[in-house]
Amino acid sequence: MTVYSERPAAIPAGSRAERLTSFRPADFPAPTRALEEWRFTPLSRFRPLLDEASFVEPCDSQVTLDLPPGADAAITTGPMAGQAGAPGDRAAVVAWNAAKDTTVLTIAQGQRLAEAATVGVRGGGLDRPCARHLLIRAEAGSSATVVLEYAGPALLSETVEIVVDDGADLTIVTVQDWEAGSVHAASHRAVVGAEARLKHICVTLGGDAVRITPDAEFRGEGGEVEFVGLYFADAGQHLEHRLFVDHNQPRCKSRVTYKGALQGQDAHAVWVGDVLIQAHAEGTDTYELNRNLVLTKGARADSVPNLEIETGEIEGAGHASATGRFDDEQLFYLMSRGVPEDEARRLVVRGFFGELIDQIEVPAVRARLIAAIDGELELTMGVSS
Amino acid sequence: MATLEIRDLHVMVETKEGDKPILRGVDLTINSGQTHAIMGPNGSGKSTLAAAIMGHPRYTVTAGTIRLDGADVLEMSVDERARAGLFLAMQYPVEVAGVSVANFLRTAKTAVAGQAPALRTWGKEVKTAMDNLRIDAAFAERSVNEGFSGGEKKRHEILQLELLKPKFAILDETDSGLDIDALRVVSEGVNRALENTDVGVLLITHYTRILRYINPDYVHVFVDGRIAEEGGPELAERLETEGYVRYLGVGATMN
Ligand SMILES: Nc1ncnc2c1ncn2[C@@H]1O[C@H](COP(=O)(O)OP(=O)(O)OP(=O)(O)O)[C@@H](O)[C@H]1O
Ligand SMILES: [Mg+2]
Repeated sequence: MTVYSERPAAIPAGSRAERLTSFRPADFPAPTRALEEWRFTPLSRFRPLLDEASFVEPCDSQVTLDLPPGADAAITTGPMAGQAGAPGDRAAVVAWNAAKDTTVLTIAQGQRLAEAATVGVRGGGLDRPCARHLLIRAEAGSSATVVLEYAGPALLSETVEIVVDDGADLTIVTVQDWEAGSVHAASHRAVVGAEARLKHICVTLGGDAVRITPDAEFRGEGGEVEFVGLYFADAGQHLEHRLFVDHNQPRCKSRVTYKGALQGQDAHAVWVGDVLIQAHAEGTDTYELNRNLVLTKGARADSVPNLEIETGEIEGAGHASATGRFDDEQLFYLMSRGVPEDEARRLVVRGFFGELIDQIEVPAVRARLIAAIDGELELTMGVSS
Repeated sequence: MATLEIRDLHVMVETKEGDKPILRGVDLTINSGQTHAIMGPNGSGKSTLAAAIMGHPRYTVTAGTIRLDGADVLEMSVDERARAGLFLAMQYPVEVAGVSVANFLRTAKTAVAGQAPALRTWGKEVKTAMDNLRIDAAFAERSVNEGFSGGEKKRHEILQLELLKPKFAILDETDSGLDIDALRVVSEGVNRALENTDVGVLLITHYTRILRYINPDYVHVFVDGRIAEEGGPELAERLETEGYVRYLGVGATMN
């Protein structure tokens, strides 16, 4: 039977404002399903990423950089001071402490990149976990698109710090397309300066268990954050996205739009969208939306928007969450118009993701994504009810 | 000329309580250009007949045949039936989020015609058909049936009928829920299809009102999973005054 949930926004157990952040592993309790931030996560699958002791060198994971003029990269070793807040859960704090060096990608002040910079991460295999640390900084007034591509087999624990200085405009497109068996936990932490803009597009396709936690906060007024996400969970996959936008400055704007399709036995998607509007953040404008499309029986989507508002002086705040099924009636309707079954599914799924795919302005990534979704759908044929 | 021939059709549906027979031997032959009206009490199996002809997976044919110009329709998948020339305007059209009407129409036309329609003429054809059915141009960009009113859904079904040009169209209560003007607009659409394409029509209805606009050649009274009586348009008039009492067991009630 298909199980799907549709929940109203709820104040989480304990306000997001009170949720612990720290660089010290000992500060975090061992993850259990009783904890809000782990309640949907299959902990046994993430176990190797939750204990710093399991990270032993050497790590075979590799990074390749493809940088257009104007983008600069360096690898620095040794501990980095956190540029974008502190870890917010056990996986994030382990990633922070287990990483031995940091890949720093900088877009210099005022530089406007005409082409995307690409960071390719190749997994280091399924034998032992690797930890990585990536810092992307768009200096004041710069503008750039950075594509993060994850491929291969991996047990990867990761921190991605994103710093958007005043007036900068940064787009991040991160594509998790791991091989089967992979497990990936990533904490994306972004700070957005005054009049700066971050667009963060998160695409999760491959991997047995992937958990991404994008957080954003502001450093000045007039900042804008757009979190866009797209995921496709197949049989047995657990794809989890937990977002947090902290409206800690007045007159900032945030938009969260995540959409996912699910198919196959025990495909599981989790979306949690926390938005906190602090007492002094007047003029906040926020909206978050999550939609799931369940294509077959046996798949499950959990979707939980949480909107906490501590001031009455807001511009707008809203959320929506819905899970729908691609059902026999839809299929019958389209087929009764001559459309073959596989094309009917493609039509519905492409339609579902269309508005998000259109937002990916890097043509190569967009084309690959459409192909990947079509490829996913070929899997459904024969699996479906 | 094409012929749709239904012989001794028995259909059942699987329910939690077990298999439930619904159609019990339906015989019906429709030729191109003909209009057959089917009238009958609620629950008598009219929609089941329509769905079975189109191949809805919920209904199982246990006996009988459906042939389209001799070809075995029961052997065909739903989409093959549509491409062979069958069309069903549904009693409850389904919403398809994220798929625009324009995209849907083009995809369907491409599927039934076997090739994409010529870009220039197709746009015009769609626009004219929409105008004729008083469908606002803005609907082209809306998701299929999503948020459409009942009447808008029905007009959208007839729009497809006009554009896809099937050999046989089954209209399942297309007239239900239409206001007086919409009923006329929709009837005109069906009549245009009859005139322009020689389509054979199977019109399922509860009301003689639509039969004032669309003149049936034959009227069939459908009761308890089979055709109980056949006649011309005058039969519809008689049903209007007498109801279905004469076909039902003593003491039966209807609403
Ligand atoms: N999936 C189903 N499960 C159980 N019973 C069903 C199912 N589908 C149809 N039936 C039953 O079959 C009978 C015929 O239904 P059908 O919808 O064909 O009637 P109809 O003549 O179209 O009625 P109406 O005039 O109300 O539209 C009804 O008793 C209905 O309850
Ligand atoms: Mg009916």
